[in-house]
Amino acid sequence: MTEKTTTIKIKRQDKPGSPSYWQTFEVPDKPFANIISCLMDIQKTPTTEDGKTVNPVTWDCNCLEEVCGSCTMLINGQVRQACTALVDNLKKPIVLEPMSKFPVLRDLQVDRERMFDNLKKVKAWIEIDGSHDIGAGPIMPDQDRAKRYVMSECMTCGCCLEACPQFTQDNSFLGAATFNQVRLFNLHPSGEMKKEDRLDAIMGEGGITDCGNAQVCVEVCPKNIPLTESIADISRQTTWQMIKNLLIK
Amino acid sequence: MTNRKKKVVIVGGGLAGLALAMKFCERNGEATVVSYQSLKRSHSVCAQGGINAAIDAKNEGDTPEKHFYDTIKGGDFLAHQPLVRDMCHQAPTIINLMDRMGVAFNRTGEGHLDFRRFGGTLFNRTAFAGATTGQQLVYALDEQVRRHVHDGSAKTLEWHEYLGAVLDAEGICRGAVIHDLRTDEIYTLKADAVVLATGGPGQVYGRSTNSVVNTGAAATTAYMQGAKFANGEFIQIHPTAIPGQDKLRLMSESARGEGGRVWVPRDGNDNRNPREIPENERYYFLEEKYPLFKNLVPRDVASREIYDIVYNQNLGVSGDPMVYLDLTHKSREFLDNRLGGILDIYTKFTGADPRETPMKIFPAVHYSMGGLWTDYGPDSNGMIDHASPKNQMTSIRGLYAAGEADYQYHGANRLGANSLLSCIYTGLMMARGVMNYMDSLEKSADDISSTVFDDARSHWKSRFNDIKNMNGSENPHKLHHELGDIMLANVLIVRDNKSLEKASHEIEEIETRFKNVKCLDTTDWVNPSPSFINQLYCMIHLSKIITKGALMRDEFRGSHYKPDFDLSQPKDFDPHEYIEYLEQKQYGDVTEGKFPPGHLDYMKRFEENNEKWLKTTVAQYKNNQPQITYEEVNTSLVTPRPRKYD
Repeated sequence: MTEKTTTIKIKRQDKPGSPSYWQTFEVPDKPFANIISCLMDIQKTPTTEDGKTVNPVTWDCNCLEEVCGSCTMLINGQVRQACTALVDNLKKPIVLEPMSKFPVLRDLQVDRERMFDNLKKVKAWIEIDGSHDIGAGPIMPDQDRAKRYVMSECMTCGCCLEACPQFTQDNSFLGAATFNQVRLFNLHPSGEMKKEDRLDAIMGEGGITDCGNAQVCVEVCPKNIPLTESIADISRQTTWQMIKNLLIK
Repeated sequence: MTNRKKKVVIVGGGLAGLALAMKFCERNGEATVVSYQSLKRSHSVCAQGGINAAIDAKNEGDTPEKHFYDTIKGGDFLAHQPLVRDMCHQAPTIINLMDRMGVAFNRTGEGHLDFRRFGGTLFNRTAFAGATTGQQLVYALDEQVRRHVHDGSAKTLEWHEYLGAVLDAEGICRGAVIHDLRTDEIYTLKADAVVLATGGPGQVYGRSTNSVVNTGAAATTAYMQGAKFANGEFIQIHPTAIPGQDKLRLMSESARGEGGRVWVPRDGNDNRNPREIPENERYYFLEEKYPLFKNLVPRDVASREIYDIVYNQNLGVSGDPMVYLDLTHKSREFLDNRLGGILDIYTKFTGADPRETPMKIFPAVHYSMGGLWTDYGPDSNGMIDHASPKNQMTSIRGLYAAGEADYQYHGANRLGANSLLSCIYTGLMMARGVMNYMDSLEKSADDISSTVFDDARSHWKSRFNDIKNMNGSENPHKLHHELGDIMLANVLIVRDNKSLEKASHEIEEIETRFKNVKCLDTTDWVNPSPSFINQLYCMIHLSKIITKGALMRDEFRGSHYKPDFDLSQPKDFDPHEYIEYLEQKQYGDVTEGKFPPGHLDYMKRFEENNEKWLKTTVAQYKNNQPQITYEEVNTSLVTPRPRKYD
């Protein structure tokens, strides 16, 4: 073979709870290739380096431009989106693994339902009166909007939770992504009206006080969301809320 | 109807599906949203630049009527006018609603919504949240639906695939067949109506700006169950995308809306660093050819011009099929605030920073103006009767379509920032009609014999069984790639009948080879292989609809460009002449001398062409082929006339 190839080692697992195993694939080099295009090539030729035909590797992806949050995985041990992982920039052989902080469904696919459930716990929405025509929204300075916008780019990808030493499969820690949502909605003039509900929801077990301040969440966020700022801000807000709760009770 | 809550099954968790789910729950109905993946990950998140509404925030004299005219003209007069007019009049309300839901729209100095310019208009009409407006709108609607899930009125079935409609003996849709993508279980859901909000078909072309889930399979299945499919040949090619192996990533029109300029070196052999090429040696071809709209001509026009520069004039950058999209004259701060998201994407995928060096871009398949044929109930004012059960109903009773999956809002070419609008508009607008339809039913889904549901279920169970038993030599993913290559080579920006004939034959070959596909994986847990094979089958049929529609339509309209049938508009032609001509005609023969030389002839050709081709293409599934017929377009509000943007 004259064709140049890249070696990719993939950690596979057939079912939740079943043992994992490794397979290695040789993928032809192409310009602008990323991890997704390599996985697509494996679908087209699902043969391992030792010539064995296997079931194609399964993984999550959709938009392929880092805006949907689907394709999170460990690439050479780093948690990140597979679509923006360009082959040219990666150390070879490339090693792919599923995220470790969520239950594996199959191969590189994990179940991130916990993240979506947490959005419900903290009421990550604005309680509008209804979707009928009742005029314009609240006036807001563009600086506040800009602050909110950065936070609202969170695509529930799970990178921050994978990196967080506090977040494990068997505890109930909410994690940076959820705290950031609390700050996002508390900063909106209408969202603020439910501020106390949201703060109450993050005060118990698994809440904001469980954060060990490792600050790795912010390093791995693909959207550069100021997660540690959000955590600090929400800590302040909950402290005040606690004092207020004590005084009222 | 029984006393229970009205039940709708909504397939698709993008803007249209979520908007409908929210509205339906507010009206005390029960909505089940079926989604191929987790909500928040639908293709709507990819929309970048913004959403149109003629609020006239910049005191330019913009109005919903002007938005309506721009949209109709942009679509080369092929859209039903009452619907488009209603959508444009509803747009300001929709923006206000999204703002109230907390979308982080950019704002003015006083704290109001800010607007920018997009293609095909001269007004600043596009509200935006940085350069990820679609993502922000999806999140806002998702949050509202999540709230309804929390309160118990909405349900979600994520990681489930819609396979087909359950039709009773009268052909009325009574539910949906659903495939659990984790357990592989196939079962039915009873519903008083089913709505397909399943997006577009970009995957038919293999590589496009579309997401992986955009196979068009759900709409194609509806077509194979008897629903009409309309205007399939009108596929929008977005002028500016970033070439890639797995996907052609979109570079938003907002890059031009914020001042981006498209150019190539005047000398095709000029390989200097673009920033070293002096102004007078750059060819700003859109600005030179279209002095009025400049870089913001509609997408069909811009894509054709880029194609012409690259392939006819051989002026592509360094001889490659690419042109420059240049933002380097804008300040870093301005760019970060208004376009940050998309410029970061460009940097991540190409390694070059658009703030420092011009981007290299080329057109890519982006959007389908066509889709499932749907109906509407007009009122006497040129608007829509929002109570009409006909609104958004396909030709199968009880089966609805919304968003990109339907065909009604963009004619032959969609204007930028109108897709987010049409998705949210259809979802919100149709809710009342769907409820009224349910009220009008003599029998509810509960009264239908269980054998109807059992039959539908066993049909799909055996279909998937058969797929799992496919053990030929063709790899389905390779076959998909080949299908995409056929479509990209023959059914793209410039079309001719010889290539379209060739494509038809090649698609037939793919269809034959499909029978020899191998199901790569036959396990029954989180196994995407059988689903993909079923989707590939649908994509083959959808490619036939697109190609046959294109082959038969012998004209040039919007995105459907056949140079052999170009009516050659005279350079100095003014579209108002045509209105004058139509008026003069009422008083007898119009003589040559009334217009500049050649113009009368052109107008007669235009009129004749419209009589023949100003029609909706309707494809119906007959004997394994699309059978094409044509229907009248509702042009009751604005007289169709030649388009012009210079």
